[in-house]
Amino acid sequence: MPDSLNLINVSRHFGNTKAVDNVSLDIPPGQFVGVIGRSGAGKSTMLRLINRLIDPTEGEIRYGDRVVTQLKGKALRDWRRDCAMIFQQFNLVDRLDVLTNVLIGRLAERGFVSSMLMRFTDEERTMAIQALDRLDLVPQTLQRAGTLSGGQQQRVAIAKALVQQPRIMLADEPIASLDPANATLVMDGLRAINREDGITVLVNLHTLDTARAYCDRIVAMRDGRVMFDGSPCQLTNDVVRDIYGTEGLQEFNEAATSTQKVAVMA
Amino acid sequence: MSAIAEMTETVPDVGPSAFTQFERDFAARRRSARINWALGSALFFMLFFASAWIGDFFKITQVSLPDGTRAWRWIIGAGLPRLGEYVEKTLPVLRWESLGADFAEWFWRWKIWLKLLVETVLIAFMATGIGVIGGFLLSFPASRNLTPNKWVLFITRRLLELARTVPELVWALIFVFAFSVGPMAGVLAIAVHATGALGKLYSEVNENINMAPLEGVKASGGTWFDQIRYGAVPQVLPNIISYTLLRFEINVRSSSIIGYVGAGGLGQEFRTAMSFQEYTDLSALFIIIFLTVAVIDYGSEKLRHKMIGMGERA
Repeated sequence: MPDSLNLINVSRHFGNTKAVDNVSLDIPPGQFVGVIGRSGAGKSTMLRLINRLIDPTEGEIRYGDRVVTQLKGKALRDWRRDCAMIFQQFNLVDRLDVLTNVLIGRLAERGFVSSMLMRFTDEERTMAIQALDRLDLVPQTLQRAGTLSGGQQQRVAIAKALVQQPRIMLADEPIASLDPANATLVMDGLRAINREDGITVLVNLHTLDTARAYCDRIVAMRDGRVMFDGSPCQLTNDVVRDIYGTEGLQEFNEAATSTQKVAVMA
Repeated sequence: MSAIAEMTETVPDVGPSAFTQFERDFAARRRSARINWALGSALFFMLFFASAWIGDFFKITQVSLPDGTRAWRWIIGAGLPRLGEYVEKTLPVLRWESLGADFAEWFWRWKIWLKLLVETVLIAFMATGIGVIGGFLLSFPASRNLTPNKWVLFITRRLLELARTVPELVWALIFVFAFSVGPMAGVLAIAVHATGALGKLYSEVNENINMAPLEGVKASGGTWFDQIRYGAVPQVLPNIISYTLLRFEINVRSSSIIGYVGAGGLGQEFRTAMSFQEYTDLSALFIIIFLTVAVIDYGSEKLRHKMIGMGERA
């Protein structure tokens, strides 16, 4: 039974700056949520708080009856497995092959010795190959991750997230370092996972057209606060101008990475 | 207004004064650089002179002249001929007519020396093995970016420092006292010192790695050990292999002298030769060690370059 993710008055301060300032969100299972905002708006910090890569200064994060912000040890690692994370810079191990990189997604299930020996079961390898197949990466399975293109590396990262069998997938600017064609592949991959597996997706974006094209719900942040939370059709240019000013609207619409243009052309 | 527009607009007005300002600043910088140089050099030579003074480099000593009288001489001038005398004593008598027999006499203990040479290399090999394991395991908690907390960092760093500040010869004396004379004491002595030295080198490698892969492992639910095994080890492995081979060379040199205090290997023969005043044995031993170290140097350098090449291609 999938649960919903709740952020309750969550804040994170770095010195005097409030990276995330009193954010409350309620995300039902299976939703595809886009978080938009300029760099420094607190989008990344919010995702890292959810995955517990950093801890909140105040507030609480809940998933069903699990109090995420209080988890420790094995329970915390199980939570990280349940909410897979994808990074802008992919965060793969360049010198390991693609298969091992994907199997890193199974580490939360492995004991100390088999993990240190890099020993995985046949079932796990099958899972990894199936995940790679969904992202059209089977031919690259034995290549070193560092030799792949950016778009391929990001899809390896998604395959790794998939073998974690997560309930939630967090993606921190997954397409910011990719060209439009690869950006479309990655976003389509995330959408397929959301629709076919019913996994909640929370993705940070900095372009409006991508957010509008893929998301069920858009959350706009500014200076650590949530300024807008609603459906894509509610987020009109007038609303964006209200939140970010005329300059902000231009910035979002003219940002270099755009999936929509390619999607229309293709 | 863009930065370029600003420059093109303002340069013609303030141009000449900007150049004068630059010339003034430049001259000032040159002047201060020259003063710093002069001060630095003066300090260096003062320290160097003081060290030489304390180190008896200017000592005047009494020497006996050939006619039996005593005279005062500068220590370096008086000592150099004696150095030549010592080297001359170690040279064997080699005649063309009886070269084979002369060589046989020079290397008369070759059977024992060969056995001890093998022992020397094996001591170095085993000590390097233990040192690599110890240094590798301790290098991760001793790296500022990887350590689980600052106490572990502090303790492992002090431990590694202790292991490498105490010289091998001193460790050997301790282990000979504890475990009696023999190669085991030598292995332990070199292993402890190598652990300290390698742990330090490895941890410096660890501190230069890219942390993003470790974050990726952590975000998937990996433990600290998983992050090290999957995120850090693949990145540092080529450097680790390279430093290990370098350490093996150093350890062969150490193990060839460590027998002097009874910890196995060729070193004990130096002591025997010196106390029995078998000076030609010293030159024979020197040649044996020199050749062994040269061969190992050459071999491990070839291997190391191959490894580094592999690392770069990856």
